[in-house]
Formats: sequence, structure tokens, C-alpha cells
Amino acid sequence: MTPAPPAPGPPRPSSASPPGAAPRHREGERGPRVAGEAAERGTERAAQKATHDEGKAQRNGELGDRLRQVLVVGEIVDAPPLPCGGAGQWVVTPSEGVRRGTRRILEMLESLLALGGLVLLRDSVEWEGRSLLKALIKKSALCGEQVHILGCEVSEEEFREGFDSNINSRLVYHDLFRDPLNWSETGETLPGGPLEALRALCRRTHPGPVTIALDSLSWLLLHLPCTTLCQTLHTLSHQDSCRGDSSPGEQVHVLGLLHEELHGPGPLGVLSSLAQTEVTLSGAMGQASAHVLYRRPQQRPTHQTQWFSILPDFSLELQGGPPLEPQPYPDPRVPSMDPTTHLTFNLRLSKKEREAKDSLTLPFQFSSEKQQALLCPGLGQATSHIFYEPDAYDDLDQEDPDDDLDV
Amino acid sequence: MFPELNNLLNTTPDQTEQGKLTLLCDAKTDGSFLVHHFLSFYLKANCKVCFVALIQSFSHYNIVGQKLGVSLTTARECGQLVFLEGLKSAVDVFFRPQEEPHPLQFLREANSGNLQPLYEFVQEALKPMDSGEAAWRCPVLLVDDLSVLLSLGVGAVAVLDFIHYCRATVCREWKGNVVALVHDSGDAEDEENDILLNGLGHQSHLILRAEGLATGFCKDVHGQLRILWRRPSEPTAQRDRSLTYQYKIQDKNVSFFAKGMSPAVL
Repeated sequence: MTPAPPAPGPPRPSSASPPGAAPRHREGERGPRVAGEAAERGTERAAQKATHDEGKAQRNGELGDRLRQVLVVGEIVDAPPLPCGGAGQWVVTPSEGVRRGTRRILEMLESLLALGGLVLLRDSVEWEGRSLLKALIKKSALCGEQVHILGCEVSEEEFREGFDSNINSRLVYHDLFRDPLNWSETGETLPGGPLEALRALCRRTHPGPVTIALDSLSWLLLHLPCTTLCQTLHTLSHQDSCRGDSSPGEQVHVLGLLHEELHGPGPLGVLSSLAQTEVTLSGAMGQASAHVLYRRPQQRPTHQTQWFSILPDFSLELQGGPPLEPQPYPDPRVPSMDPTTHLTFNLRLSKKEREAKDSLTLPFQFSSEKQQALLCPGLGQATSHIFYEPDAYDDLDQEDPDDDLDV
Repeated sequence: MFPELNNLLNTTPDQTEQGKLTLLCDAKTDGSFLVHHFLSFYLKANCKVCFVALIQSFSHYNIVGQKLGVSLTTARECGQLVFLEGLKSAVDVFFRPQEEPHPLQFLREANSGNLQPLYEFVQEALKPMDSGEAAWRCPVLLVDDLSVLLSLGVGAVAVLDFIHYCRATVCREWKGNVVALVHDSGDAEDEENDILLNGLGHQSHLILRAEGLATGFCKDVHGQLRILWRRPSEPTAQRDRSLTYQYKIQDKNVSFFAKGMSPAVL
């Protein structure tokens, strides 16, 4: 939604903004709306808006201040759409935030969930996305949402592993793992197979916000026709609008894990066009990264790249960037030891040894004593002789004494 | 069983992990030494083993097993090993009444594309005995190899479903292990094989990938082995979850060394 120009009139505090201003405030948390700085680095719209705002501010100083206060609620500068790279990270401008003491970083998980609708997590064999999915589920559960999981790839015990009981109690696991094709005929299958299970999720009329996690979309895509799946997904992620219930608190989050190597470009393209937020996982040097594409309605899509690691309790730790070179991580199993401890020779000198070493005159050093010794040859030198007795068979050529040297 | 490989994987026959799927994969080289390793490893670990052997005969595996110190004949006689010899029993499919279920039933049906009979065979073979006649440690399914199934006309999704069910039963329910070999043709045209390989990669906990050397054949270095741990159980494992070693296959052993550190080079 295009932000409306600020309404003239008495300024209001941000918490009590009129409904028309609320979306702009929400967007300000993510958007390039730092009033003083936007003209340099923001998008075109931000620049226009900033000049517009500054014009207002000149006309009415107080209103300008108020506006500025509204606009800098989130001190996050959005980078313009970038190709993959490390530059599109959340940057916190220190200026206004520090002064007001409300410096906030919009957390990655929150921003992934902020748009609602379908969040697509694309992972690969090397960079698996289930941990991130579980991190998002934990986040939703902590917000008090009911979480439904359609589990096709891992068992319920394995999926619930690592969550504490508080979160586990909020998870409803629909088990498609144990017997999805009804081979065992134990009657434990979900009736109607995967498609009916999905449709049952659509019909769920649970009051309050709900999160639906599909683990994984790849399994569903391999077993269901693509069109059927996409239609069901669309119904699933637009439940709120169907019910005419548009308040943001009531929105439905659908989290879909997709193993992207398993599908051709066609299904991948269809699914990604259905998604509001698309996360592609990759990494370098043992550090995972997420390339996020946000599709806000009626806005240009924005890209961000975030380096992160997921802790064992499924909380997220943001990292600055990839390690520049492979660092030799200390192996916890091998205690670090000094390589110079068990040597057969000595690398260190005691003080006494060092003094002895310093006072030693080396053979090539020229000193006055040496000079004297050379200039005044002593007695021993004068009396030395060389006695040489040639062998009987020595073939000494007087004209060429080096004949035998073969040169 | 190759002790050096055990060291790299941090396991011994006395303490095996349970409930894991291990994917063996070979590209531009022969990765069957990994199959022989795991076969002898689990027999030594006193596990109940079901071996679905589709590319070699029983005597072949038996001879290699004897070099590695296990006797497949003895293991089969005492009930520790259930051996499905694909080469022989493929013929049986055609000479028995159709009503009788056969693990390789898909060979006979033109468009079934369903490996349910094979799964039922595995399930029957590894089902825990009620009476503790011989208490085997944990059930293990070994498949050599899954790519053959694709060549026999089964779809990749059907093979993935078969492994899915084996995982649900053997790994989850009975706390056993599944080990399967898949060839990586390295051919972008072979979509089915890619789906199988990547689909299994996403399901597995550990991937061992044997690759031929990029520089070609070498007398002293036969290839390199990439070890990739997925779903790290401990936080520190995140850092060294991928390792690469080079190896040389000897008569009764395989020696592993760091890249470029072959004794022949140094």
C-alpha cells in the first residue's frame, strides 16, 4: 500500500496513529524512512517522501519534529534491491535511536513472519532448512499462536525434539510420516491421504492467529499434482481474507519447506510466485546464510541477505558476515597444547645463557685484537713448514702441475 | 570393516548410533568398498542385517566379507543375515504362481511402480522376534544399490517412498539403521537419478560421498571421501560437519589421509 502523505493537523503520538497512518508506521520499521538520511540512500519513493516531509517541516517545525519521531521508529535502513551479496543487511543507524534510547533491531524471524501468507523456505542438501523452520515455529508458538504441522518427512518425536514442553503443547502434529500411502493398513493413516489432510487444515476454524507448517512441500509436490497443491496452498494462506477477517492479528502464516533440487523450474516458479516471503538458504565456510525476498503488496520486492546460525534451542543468532577465510576451529576433543613443550632441544634462553650468548665474539666479527694478531705474526707462524715427499709413481708434470685435477 | 573409517565417523561396533539413515554415494569411482565396510561392521556389531543385494552375487559378498573377517554363510545360517540375492531371485519371479507375493514383484508388472512387496519383505526379515532366541542388537537394512531399481523401471518417487517406509519402520519404530548406496552419474540429463539422490540426501543423517579424483586416475590415491553430517546433534558439530579425506584401497584395508598427504607424495 502506498503511504498516504501525512495529514496536516494536530500531531499525534505514534502509538495513537489513525488507522490510515498505521501501515506507514509498520512499514517504517522495515523501510528506508529515516527522514534525514533517506535522500542519500533510500529508494526513489523514499527520497520523494523525505523531501515532501522536509517541506512540511519547514512550514511547521513542530509537526516536522513529530513526523521525524514517527518516521524513525525503526532505525532500520532498507538497502535497495541488490544482487546477492553481503551488503543488504539490516543496518542500524546510531543517530536518532541512541538519543532516544529505543534502538531496536527488527529481528530476522519477526520480519519473516511480518507479512503473513506463505513463507517459502528453500533449502538444499548441504544447507538444510528444517532448523530454520523450527526456529520460526518456536517464534510463532511463543507469540501464543496455535501451530499446526503437516509432517511428511520426519517422525513426530524427531520433530518435537529440542522444543520445551511449553512450546510442544502448542504444536499439533498431523502425522503423514508413519504411513502416508496406507501400506501398513494399520488404520493410523490420516483419512483421505495428504490432500485431504491439507484441506482439513484449510477448514480449521480456530479463533485467533494460526501458523501452519508444511514439512515439506517437496514431499507433497512429489505426490500431488502441482496445480492441486497450489490451489490448496492459496486457499490455505488466504483463509483470513475469505472470512472477511482482515485484522493483522488474525492472519494465517503458512511456512513451507521446499527442497529445491528436487523440482524443475516450473513448480519452483509457481510456488515462489505464491509466496509473500521467500527465503533461500545457502552458506559459505560453514556459516549459513539466508537470502530473503519480500513481496509487499503494491511495492517493489526487496532483497536482504542475512548470515545466521541456529542454536540448539532453536533461537537465532545473527552473524556479521561470512568468515573471510577458513579458520582452524579449535577442536574441542583435542586440548590445545603448546607445540614447543616436548622438544629434544631448547628454544628458550635463561638470563645467564643470554648474557653468555651476547658476550660471545663470532668468528667473522672483526675486532682490534684480531687485527693485531694478523698484523704481527707470532713465532709459531714463522717456524711452520710443509714437508712433502712425492710418491715413487707420482707423475708430476712440472709444466702443468694441475694436470691430474681434470679441469 | 575398516578401522580408519570408524575413526573418522567416530563409531565402533560396540557403540553404534541408532535410528539413522546413511547415504552412500559414488561419483566417477566405485563406492562398493563402503557397502562392504558397513556389511561387516554391522555383522560384527551383532546387529540383525537384511541385505538387499541387487548387483552382485552372494559369493562375491562372501569372499570380500571373509577378507574383512566376517563369514556371510555362517551369519546367514544362524539367522543374523537375511540376504536377498537380486540376481537369482529376479528369475524366480517368472517361475512362480502370480498370487504368491515376491519382493521383486515390480519386475513382472508393467506399470505398478510400487515397491510395497519389497518393503514387506524387509519388514518380515527384520521384525523383532518375540521369543529371545538370539538377541540381536538392532535391525539394519543395507541396499546395494538403489540406482539399479531406477534402471529396472521403477520411478524415483517410488524408490523414495520405499526408503521412507523403511525409515519409518526400521529407524523410527525399531531404532535400527538404514544404509543405501546410490550412484551419482554426474549427468544432468538423468533427472530421475538426481531426484533420488537429492531426495535421499534430504532424508539422511549422514552422507558419505566417494568421488574420483578430478585430476584423473592415480596409483596411490584412489579417490576422495566427503563426509557430511546433517542435523548436527551437538552444537559444536556444526563447525566441522563436512570433512574431506583421500583414500587408498588396499588388499584388506582402506587407508585414509588428509588431502594431498598421501604417503606416496610426501
